[in-house]
Amino acid sequence: MSPAERLLDFDQAMALFDPVLGLEVHVELNTRSKMFCGCSTAFGAEPNSQTCPVCLGLPGSLPVLNRRAVESAVRIGLALNCSIAQWCRFARKNYFYPDMPKDFQTSQYDEPICQGGQVTVEVSGQPYLIEIERAHMEEDAGKLVHVGVTGRIQGADHSLLDYNRAGVPLIEIVTKPVTGTGAQAPQVARAYVAYLRDLLRGLGVSDVRMEQGSLRCDANVSLMPKGASQLGTRTETKNVNSLRSIERALRYEIRRQAAVLVDGGRVKQETRHWHEDVGLTSPGRSKEQAEDYRYFPEPDLAPIAPSPEWVERLRRDLPEAPDQRVARLRLEWGFSEAEMRDVTGGGALDRVAQTVAAGATPTAARKWWTTELARWANQAGVELDDVPMTPDQVAEVQALIDRGVINDKLARRVFEAVLAGQGAPDEVVRSLGLAVVSDGAALSQAVQRAIAAQPEAAQSIRQGKVQAVGALIGQVMKDLRGQADAATVRQLILDELT
Amino acid sequence: MALSRDDVAKLADLARLELTEAELERLVGQLDLILASVASVSQAAAAEVAPTSHALALVNVMREDEVTESLPPEAVLAMAPAVEEGRFRVPRILGESA
Amino acid sequence: MNELILKGAAELSQLMADGQVSSQEITQACLDRIAQVESAVAAFLHVDAERALAQAQRIDRQRAAGQALGPLAGVPVALKDSFAYAGAPTTCGSLILRDWIPPYNATVTQRLLDAGLVILGKTNLDEFAMGSSTENSAFGPTHNPWDLERVPGGSGGGSAASLVAFETPLAIGSDTGGSIRQPAAVTGTIGVKPTYGGSSRYGLVAMASSLDQPGPCARGVLDAALLHRVIAGWDPKDSTSIDAPVPDVVQAAGQTDLTGLRIGVVKELGGEGYAAGVERRFTEAVGLLEAAGAQLSEVSCPHFPLALGAYYLIMPSEVSSNLARFDAVRYGWRVNDDGRHSVEQVMRRSRGAGFGDEAKRRIILGTYALSSGYYDAYYGSAQKVRTLIIEDFAAAFERVDVLISPATPTTAFKLGERAGDPLAMYKADLCTIPSNLAGNAAASFPVGLSPEDGMPVGLQVMAPPLADDRLYRVGAALELALRQQWSGPLWAELVRREESR
Repeated sequence: MSPAERLLDFDQAMALFDPVLGLEVHVELNTRSKMFCGCSTAFGAEPNSQTCPVCLGLPGSLPVLNRRAVESAVRIGLALNCSIAQWCRFARKNYFYPDMPKDFQTSQYDEPICQGGQVTVEVSGQPYLIEIERAHMEEDAGKLVHVGVTGRIQGADHSLLDYNRAGVPLIEIVTKPVTGTGAQAPQVARAYVAYLRDLLRGLGVSDVRMEQGSLRCDANVSLMPKGASQLGTRTETKNVNSLRSIERALRYEIRRQAAVLVDGGRVKQETRHWHEDVGLTSPGRSKEQAEDYRYFPEPDLAPIAPSPEWVERLRRDLPEAPDQRVARLRLEWGFSEAEMRDVTGGGALDRVAQTVAAGATPTAARKWWTTELARWANQAGVELDDVPMTPDQVAEVQALIDRGVINDKLARRVFEAVLAGQGAPDEVVRSLGLAVVSDGAALSQAVQRAIAAQPEAAQSIRQGKVQAVGALIGQVMKDLRGQADAATVRQLILDELT
Repeated sequence: MALSRDDVAKLADLARLELTEAELERLVGQLDLILASVASVSQAAAAEVAPTSHALALVNVMREDEVTESLPPEAVLAMAPAVEEGRFRVPRILGESA
Repeated sequence: MNELILKGAAELSQLMADGQVSSQEITQACLDRIAQVESAVAAFLHVDAERALAQAQRIDRQRAAGQALGPLAGVPVALKDSFAYAGAPTTCGSLILRDWIPPYNATVTQRLLDAGLVILGKTNLDEFAMGSSTENSAFGPTHNPWDLERVPGGSGGGSAASLVAFETPLAIGSDTGGSIRQPAAVTGTIGVKPTYGGSSRYGLVAMASSLDQPGPCARGVLDAALLHRVIAGWDPKDSTSIDAPVPDVVQAAGQTDLTGLRIGVVKELGGEGYAAGVERRFTEAVGLLEAAGAQLSEVSCPHFPLALGAYYLIMPSEVSSNLARFDAVRYGWRVNDDGRHSVEQVMRRSRGAGFGDEAKRRIILGTYALSSGYYDAYYGSAQKVRTLIIEDFAAAFERVDVLISPATPTTAFKLGERAGDPLAMYKADLCTIPSNLAGNAAASFPVGLSPEDGMPVGLQVMAPPLADDRLYRVGAALELALRQQWSGPLWAELVRREESR
């Protein structure tokens, strides 16, 4: 990896330049079978066990298009407000690479199935319009493992190939250049990908797991001197595998490019790789020669001509758009705009909704996902979706509180234990003995002990100074290591002394 | 449009074909002759003629999204020039993917 | 000479049905004949004797048990080596695939097996079906049984030669620019290219996907029709296959009256560059067709002279892409994997060593025709010419029911005669290429021997898409008239010559 390059301070960079974004998102569809053959798309199978003559590119094999993949592509296009092509073809993108069984990728070139859409995303209450250039269908490649000390392509001794992923359907969604985002550019990019993720999940067309590669983002950025209208030279950053890293990688690229430009240099048009661990991008190996993909219409596949009736039917059956859903849920849950922003900004919307569906109140669900769990995710460097606690479990903890089995303070310890993998909420409550003491005998013994320990306080209460009860409650709680319901204890003390 | 030796070498590189010097020389001459003989095609192709990629006008040929049986991995790997850990083994890769 | 090897598929089927001969006897007779003549003809790359005899035995048992069998059950067939046949080497005549044994069957292969045919082995071809003489096979040329110093045509020279070497009554070919019809013409056999999409390409190793089409080869018209019926029809594994009933080719092969049939002679396919002997036999055949009741007229297809040029842009473009997968990663011959060379170098060297001259020529030509900056002038223009050819056919078929022409400009040339001159070689497909570009059905039928060199001459019939039956109707009428004239089939001459030696 190249040594760290000079970076300009972000605010300084923003004072001099306007960033222009371009985002290419690859979505792996969750069809049961591959794009052009009947092999399973299930993740994590034994290497090369989900392959056949077609997806191995054996001589003589021919592709047959998966109807569901086309349907998903059209639905995605409609959800992104694109127009759907009346007639389009696949094309062959010709280039050699060992992970591509046919040494061409079956893709779409100048006839994408979806064109010209737009979505609006929000950052800090400010709406940003993102224009969609196109969304097209293509197939995924096989998976390479590089064998050698580095584990990376550079310095590898040899490489190994598993073609289970080869031929899995992909949709590539490409934005038009996004301008006018200023210093918010990294957050806008992140918000856009989060929006796409929610949208795709809502459509049910993809697992949208960034860490498993079912949602991949290539982030392009260039800088334009303030007041200029000529676009600068862009770089394309790959290997951006989480929402967080989109923001970080863009921030890094903006600062790096700004430093290059301020120093009088020129930004090189290149592909760069994001390294999450060290937080920087490094240039990819430069190509021997400019690629010439020699696209031509795929002769082995018939053109696609989605009928207007079919497209209209799919449009009618689209689920609610993410922004409409947010507006609807805000009203249903009775949240303020700020509260709702807390939820959506943190990527907690689905989790909160699922927790509410599991029986918690919206307020309780919001509280846990935006505080306790958000903090944990942030420390662990993962997305909320990957927090090892289900919405059902969160609802269960809240139910335990509501039933008086635990209190808020104990609940935090339950969360810690569940997140540490020590079991389900009821299990940890039991195994760690976290339940509040509700056994009457044990409680009154503790009250007796407290009265004995603090005779002056007890005397004050007997004399009518009820406010002294706090000291005794504290004594009881200390005695029972917090595992008691304060209201119950208060009542017991007052019953005893008045 | 005459092709030079360098042009042909570049095309061979794009097509991942190693050619000997003798092969290169021979191809340059032959390709020129062939290209001259097909020149009439470009001349005849008027702008208003629509190109044909598929002789027959079939559209929307699709299959249902159903899983069918894959090949046994042993049969898949039996064809391979080199295998390691159930995967196809290839020498080190210099270039990056597109 | 064992009489069985001279009999056609229909006759053999009848003999088996009547219990007069077994499939094992027929198969053994073919295998014996192969053993006898292969050293001279070299039609086969692989003889699958064991599995052939096992299949023959299975069919005999089923017949003995009274099971219902298809009309060609137990009849031997030879398979061009570009069709995947699980368990048998499938080389496509190329070093790069010399050790490849496919783990699956082509749809055509599967249909042959399902119909009970006995696959004798794999026949020789120009490498990846690219050539007109079978000289481009990495494993040596096939010889024309009419004159062993001449080529049997190509690319399907092995399949065509095996028929007139009496090694098999039936063979399978594939036709991209004439690879079934041109070898049929120069060997005096029958070869049919069905309508594009009429038979499945699944498992046929692709040369040019938008042009390739599997089809039947035989010594008699009815035999070809019976084989056509077995292999044709919709295949869900081939997106370009047509989901429509197969025209009744067998019924058409039984018709011999051409009354009312309008036949157009293509004006552009004749004259300069056509051998006098070819034109003479063609003209005589036209007379026979007229005598059989057809209405003959001349039809102009003005863009046909552009077909060869368009073909030599579209075909190599698709070839350059289809042959990319032979990269020595998943299968095929790998060269220089010694730990010192990168995968890129190994790919280059393996492809350089594994492909022959013609394959390399077409890969480079296609890479050029598709490359940025040249696409419109070459590939794009060729696709427009393709439209013009389709329009020529459409206009012609409004006036006539079928078109005819010589199948090839000349008879079989000598081995080595055109090997160093690609352009001369390409011209062998002058007459056959238009039907590949347009996707319509076409066939070649023998119409006699050229008075110039004593070599066979073929007549091509072209029918509209999905009117494959018309080919057989014309072929059957022609066959009947000529056999009456010759007192037997054309190939009987070969038998006479062999017996007199």
